[in-house]
Amino acid sequence: MRHFLYAAAAMAAFATPVAAETIAITGGRVVVGDGSAPIEGGTVVIRDGKIVAAGATVAIPSGARQIDATGKWVTPGVFAGFSRLGLAEVDAVNGTNDKSGGRSGFSAAIDVAPAIDPFRSPFAVNRSSGVTRAVVAPEAADNIFAGQGAIADLGADSNPVTKARAFQFAEFGEDGAASAGGSRAGTHLHFRAMLREAQDYAAGRGTFDDDLLKAEDAKALLSVLRGETRLLIHVEGANDMLRLMELKRDFPTIKMVFVGVSEGWRVASELAKAGIPVIASALNDLPATFEMLGATQSNIGRMKDAGVQVAIGMINDRDSHQLRYTTQYAGNIVSLQYVPGATGLTWDEAFAAISSVPAEIMGVGDRLGSLKAGRAADVVVWDGDPLELSSAATTVIIDGVEQPLTNRQNRLRDRYARPTEGDLPKAYDR
Amino acid sequence: MAISNTLRSAYLVLPLALMACSNAEGPKTLSATPAVKPVEKAPVAFPSTYKAYPGVATAIRNVTVYDGEGGKIENGVVFMTGGKISSVGGPDTTIPAGVNVIDGKGKFVTPGIIDIHSHLGDYPTPSVEAHSDGNEATSPTTPEVWAEHSVWPQDPGFSRALANGGITALQVLPGSANLMGGRSVVLKNVYARTIQGMKFPDAPYGMKMACGENPKRVYGSKGRMPSTRMGNLAVNRQTWIKAQEYKKRRDSGKEYTRDLGMETLAGVLDGDISIQNHCYRADEMALVLDMAKEFGYKVSTFHHAVESYKIADLLRDNGVCSAVWADWWGFKMEAYDAIPENAAILHNTGACVIIHSDDENQIQRLNQEAAKAQADGRRMGINISDAEVIKWLTYNPAKALGISNKTGSLKAGKMADVVLWNGNPLSVYARPDKVWIDGALMFDASNPKIRPVSDFELGQPGEGDVK
Repeated sequence: MRHFLYAAAAMAAFATPVAAETIAITGGRVVVGDGSAPIEGGTVVIRDGKIVAAGATVAIPSGARQIDATGKWVTPGVFAGFSRLGLAEVDAVNGTNDKSGGRSGFSAAIDVAPAIDPFRSPFAVNRSSGVTRAVVAPEAADNIFAGQGAIADLGADSNPVTKARAFQFAEFGEDGAASAGGSRAGTHLHFRAMLREAQDYAAGRGTFDDDLLKAEDAKALLSVLRGETRLLIHVEGANDMLRLMELKRDFPTIKMVFVGVSEGWRVASELAKAGIPVIASALNDLPATFEMLGATQSNIGRMKDAGVQVAIGMINDRDSHQLRYTTQYAGNIVSLQYVPGATGLTWDEAFAAISSVPAEIMGVGDRLGSLKAGRAADVVVWDGDPLELSSAATTVIIDGVEQPLTNRQNRLRDRYARPTEGDLPKAYDR
Repeated sequence: MAISNTLRSAYLVLPLALMACSNAEGPKTLSATPAVKPVEKAPVAFPSTYKAYPGVATAIRNVTVYDGEGGKIENGVVFMTGGKISSVGGPDTTIPAGVNVIDGKGKFVTPGIIDIHSHLGDYPTPSVEAHSDGNEATSPTTPEVWAEHSVWPQDPGFSRALANGGITALQVLPGSANLMGGRSVVLKNVYARTIQGMKFPDAPYGMKMACGENPKRVYGSKGRMPSTRMGNLAVNRQTWIKAQEYKKRRDSGKEYTRDLGMETLAGVLDGDISIQNHCYRADEMALVLDMAKEFGYKVSTFHHAVESYKIADLLRDNGVCSAVWADWWGFKMEAYDAIPENAAILHNTGACVIIHSDDENQIQRLNQEAAKAQADGRRMGINISDAEVIKWLTYNPAKALGISNKTGSLKAGKMADVVLWNGNPLSVYARPDKVWIDGALMFDASNPKIRPVSDFELGQPGEGDVK
């Protein structure tokens, strides 16, 4: 019996899911994800892969499959604000690591979408922890422009990409300087010169005097320049952010989003004034570099108070494997409310920072990230407060399809629940 | 940010600038040390100058107490005086008149948290090359180096570990580039001008060893032994053979020439220095246990032991602790089979569990890591009480470090290393409210003056911030 169950689960993990059902999730504490207060005993109705309604007085369609969530929490799935999901199976094993394409000779043109592999184990592991969507970015190598990132879904199917070429990713600060010849001066010069070359390309002036770009790179940057594609910029230090905001004045059409932003609180009012949203590392509080001297866990709360749109993301922090830390990080930001002198977020704000806000910052808030009508039905039922360490996802729905929660880790768990060998070696126990 | 720091120790793929040193340098200078008579033990080198700071007799009452040894008291009292735990008990525990009394309603008390695996000080922040002092990666065996000679006492990380993690003691280890990385040092988490001022008085030394990928990659990539796991074992065994010969000579009554590396290894064979062994894979741990038997030493703890769950019975039977993360996984090949239920399966089998960090960020949240491991256990039907889980962070690491007679639990006569949490420490919403070390209040969330600021952070943006 056990064997059959496992075989079925394994097959389910790789099969294309069945067409989306009509589902009603009833009786739970419903979190819409837009920062509003939870609704006790609410109902969430899903049809054709979309949210029909979520609230206290929602009619259950006839024929809907009902999931009883009494005593449980019902939320939008976690939207990981920054990741390298699907780009690595084992980080330190080069053949499985597709994070950086920087030695290809291309830069801005690189598109991570075909490298995102939904059969890599981080998909299943993070899916079973309630993560349903992720911003997936390339890593930079020898250029400040790393290439084009995607928005992915964590569904157990063969189509992981929700939106390809959803943004361009660039490195500023120390990492950007290293890619641009060793100085921040070089970073700014590269930035301006490459955008100018993209304009030259568009104007048919094909002879580039310094060959910073290939034609494909120029096309990708044009899209950034025209404001069609967001530009996510990794930047940590206050001065680097101020100088970037000056650059933005010269290129007003570029839609900038800052990522990392450890010293954002020091320039929070400027960020708010410039209307630049941020995807912030939640818990950086050490001067890991000299551009992070002011790092504090109160950063997110202070920026939010100043009027900055803030989502939680985890750049360079186990970002290919541990998207499941997102809820814990959000919980920590809530905990700061109870620490004298610290600034955190309310629970409702914190959950929004890992669901609707990242979706809005990425320009897909009308389609993803909350339980509002019309959004993709990414819904998670939790056995307790989803930000609490003791809680787990019990049901995960992506695009209206209930997902398998098995993964390689719980197979190993089951094999070794009793470590001693039985009548046959462990290799036969599955 | 965290990942790059992790690389230095767990993954070890950052460039090791120290490799540039000639292999001919370093240990050879030892030949200049004088021959010594046997029996004379070497004088205590670099002795601790740590002294407890003044504290006031304090009673915390009306508080939930986890005593660190698996006990829990509701509505309890913890009384400390003279730098020691004086009494721990229920609501009717006598509180002497005139002492400082703290009402702990809604709060929790635990022993100070102990991290058995840290690189604070030897890989401090800022993480600049000039601070990269954790791996003497010029030889696969460097038992002669002592981590305390690399620890920068101004690492801002000590303050974060204290204020956010309730860390009162920690073992700082050399990195894992080498099979034998050198001596560790146990510290009180109290800033001092010198490293001697931080050393935990009379704590036994440990010696770092490393299995697996790191040593074979670091040296194999330089075209020298070891370049394989079998090479790892061969170099280790050859070195232990030399150590046995050294010990024999030392104990023979004849004159002998001191050798710093051999002194440490002989200390291990004497049982005075504990082995702290970085080892991910179960099969390699089993080989190490046999190597230890071959040469007559004991492994205290396997660190980063992500596959311990596969041999939990073997580890239990050998009395070896596993120092583990809750859920780190997949960053390198030997971490591929890590599972979040590792700690729970070990505990359920009767083996010793310790939650460690190896990370200047997660050292601030060892309580949360333990809570995740507990929850993953519960979901597979292994129920471990909160009080038992606290033991993973307190008594068990103290025992593995040989300091459990001094700290690690709230027992009368022990050092008053105490954390008052503003909620259940196994909740994501809890943070340290106050931390005492040897009865001295070293962190108080309500008093910005009782929050340490290292020299490095003085005059910098965010000086004295809540962090």
